[in-house]
Order: sequence, then structure tokens, then C-alpha cells
Amino acid sequence: MKRIVSGNNAIKMITALLAVGILSAVSLVFIYQRAIPKIEANVREETKEAIESIFPGAAKIEKIEGKEIFRVEDAGGRLLGYAFPAEGNGYQGIIKLIAGTDPDISVIKGMKVLESQETPGLGAEIDSKDFRAQFAGLSIERPVEYVKNRKPEKPYQIEAITGATISSRAVVTILNNGIREIRKALKDEP
Amino acid sequence: MIREFTKGLWKENPIFVQVLGMCPTLAVTTRALFGFSMGMATLFVVVCSSVVVSSIRRFVPRQVRIPMFTIIIATFVTAADYFLKANFYQISKALGPYVPLIVVNCLILGRAEAFASKNGVGRAFMDALGMGAGFTCALVVLGSVRELLGAGSVFGYRLMRDGFTEWVVMILPAGAFLTLGLLVGLFNIINSKKRGAVRAG
Repeated sequence: MKRIVSGNNAIKMITALLAVGILSAVSLVFIYQRAIPKIEANVREETKEAIESIFPGAAKIEKIEGKEIFRVEDAGGRLLGYAFPAEGNGYQGIIKLIAGTDPDISVIKGMKVLESQETPGLGAEIDSKDFRAQFAGLSIERPVEYVKNRKPEKPYQIEAITGATISSRAVVTILNNGIREIRKALKDEP
Repeated sequence: MIREFTKGLWKENPIFVQVLGMCPTLAVTTRALFGFSMGMATLFVVVCSSVVVSSIRRFVPRQVRIPMFTIIIATFVTAADYFLKANFYQISKALGPYVPLIVVNCLILGRAEAFASKNGVGRAFMDALGMGAGFTCALVVLGSVRELLGAGSVFGYRLMRDGFTEWVVMILPAGAFLTLGLLVGLFNIINSKKRGAVRAG
């Protein structure tokens, strides 16, 4: 007798959980389908704005098939360079950024931080105007290096932010890795 | 009925009295706007989940109520997360993982378990609305103080004179603890003054 009661109880519990689970799954599918196109558009828009801030004359931004690299052209169809997203560990969490190079991949055009959780006032300065300005025209014939508390002497050096060496080094490492990747990826491009 | 609403604002304020949901409270209040957005997302989740929990409370077997409440809460949290990502992308990025983390905010499961599962839909709605509003107000106050001292502005409007040195510590984690501690203290002073006045009268 007791057995039957507890069996009934188990069925009741399973039915209740199943019902809630199915209702939740159905409503989430519905919400997901409505939200995803908008979210993807937001990400595309953000990428486009970042690339335009790196290449002021950019008129046409085109993703290279099958690669996370963008060809950037001006209004006359001249190739301005390549833009690529890159990411890596910062001081706190992941730093995501977009960087641009000239067509020969010999000079950086600029970089923009998309996402970071660096310390406000210190590491977060990696997205400041002054720090970003150091990357415009930076030579990448050799890997980028950083120097501390003095002006850079070589064309491939930048000055680290005072008090935020780890964040500065993270940006440099992310850039160097990213450049290595796109050199490899673009070898077979015309 | 109206008492169910107002108790969340002051007498049982989720942050200053019950000290619930400290993780988003401390983490996202670097700006008043972030505090407000977090508060509104939490308000949405607590109201929706309380209403649903209250309306199905007769069909919920006691033994599995917690997993059922958790699924309901998680569904609304995911909805809120997608809504922010789709319509307020920059805010969503700034709040980062703390929107999905609303799911473990004990304020919400607490209201579902302690109130909504024992009361009618109307009362559960008012209770959740009050708790959500109290939570939002507290986050906005916290965010405003920290933004004013740490960045010289409130809701992005610059209030401090030029040349004001920003107290960067206020937007660092330490500033969250300092501000919260002082505000809880202030809250207690006001409350004990009020109680004293009632007793004297």
C-alpha cells in the first residue's frame, strides 16, 4: 500500500519537473530566435566602428572568407590594410581588441580595445587616447616590445602605462600573437 | 496590500536590512547607470518568477520545489540577459557576467520560497515589486555615491568642478565595501532615531 503511494508521488514529481522544463525550454528557444539576429548585428556594428576608428578613410570593410580578418579599402578601392580581432589574458580576465595593419603587414595602423576588465584608472588606460596613439605607425618588422618609465627609442617599442605593466604587456603579447597569426593566414592571399 | 509593496523599500530593504544579493551590489555599482540597469533586470526577474511561482504553487510537489523554482528563475534571467544584449549592448557588456549571475541572487529564490509559494498572486506581485524596487534604489544610491566620488559625475552628468581629483579607490572593489558599510550604518542610525522618537512619543 505504502509503495503505491510513493510511486504516485514520484510520478507527480517527475511530471511537474518535466512540465516546467519543457515550458522553460520552449520559451527560451522563442526568445533566443528573436534576440540572436539583433545581438549579431550589435557585434558587427561594434567591429565596424572599431575598424573605422583605426582606418579613418575606410569605405569598404570586407571579411575574408573563412578567416577572422577584414580587408579594408578606401572609397577608391585602394587596399588600406587588414584589420583583425585578437584576444588574450589581461590582469583581470580576457582583453579583446581589434588591430589594423598596412597592406604589407609592416606597420600597425592602430588598435582599439573592445572588452577588458582591467583596473579603472590604471590598466583600463590601455583604451585611452594616449596609449592607443603609440600604436599608430608602430613598426612590426620585429615583435613589438614595451619599455618602462622612459620614452621608446626603437620604432617597434611602446611605453608601458605607469602602474599597469601587466596590462600593457598583455596588449603587446596579444598584438604579437595576432600579427603572427595573420601573417600565416595571409600567406596564400593575393 | 500596499504594505507588501512598501516593506521592500524600507523596513525589509533587501540590501540595507536583509543584506541579500551582495555579489551584484558590490560588483556593478561603479556607475549609477549600471546599478540602475542591474536593479531593473533583477526587478523583472523577481516579479516574473514570484508571479509564476505563486500561480503554480498548488501543483508543486514539496520535494522538488527548489529545482522547479530554480528553472523558472533561470528562464527569466536568460530572457533578461538576451534582452539586454539585443537592445542595450554597451550596458550588457559593462555588466558582464553579473546578469546571468542574477540566477544565484538569493533575494529571488528567497522571495519565491519564503513568500510567493505561500501567498496569492496579487500579494506575491506586490511583494516582489517592492523588493525589486528597494533593491534598485539601493543600487542606484550606491552607484551614485561611487560614481560621484570616483569619477566626478552621476548618471554620466559631470557634477564636480574641473580640477576635482577623482578618488579612484571608490570605483575599485574597496570603494564598494566602504560605501556599502557607510550606507548600512546611516540606514541603521535613521532607523534607531525613528524608533527612539516613537518610544519617546
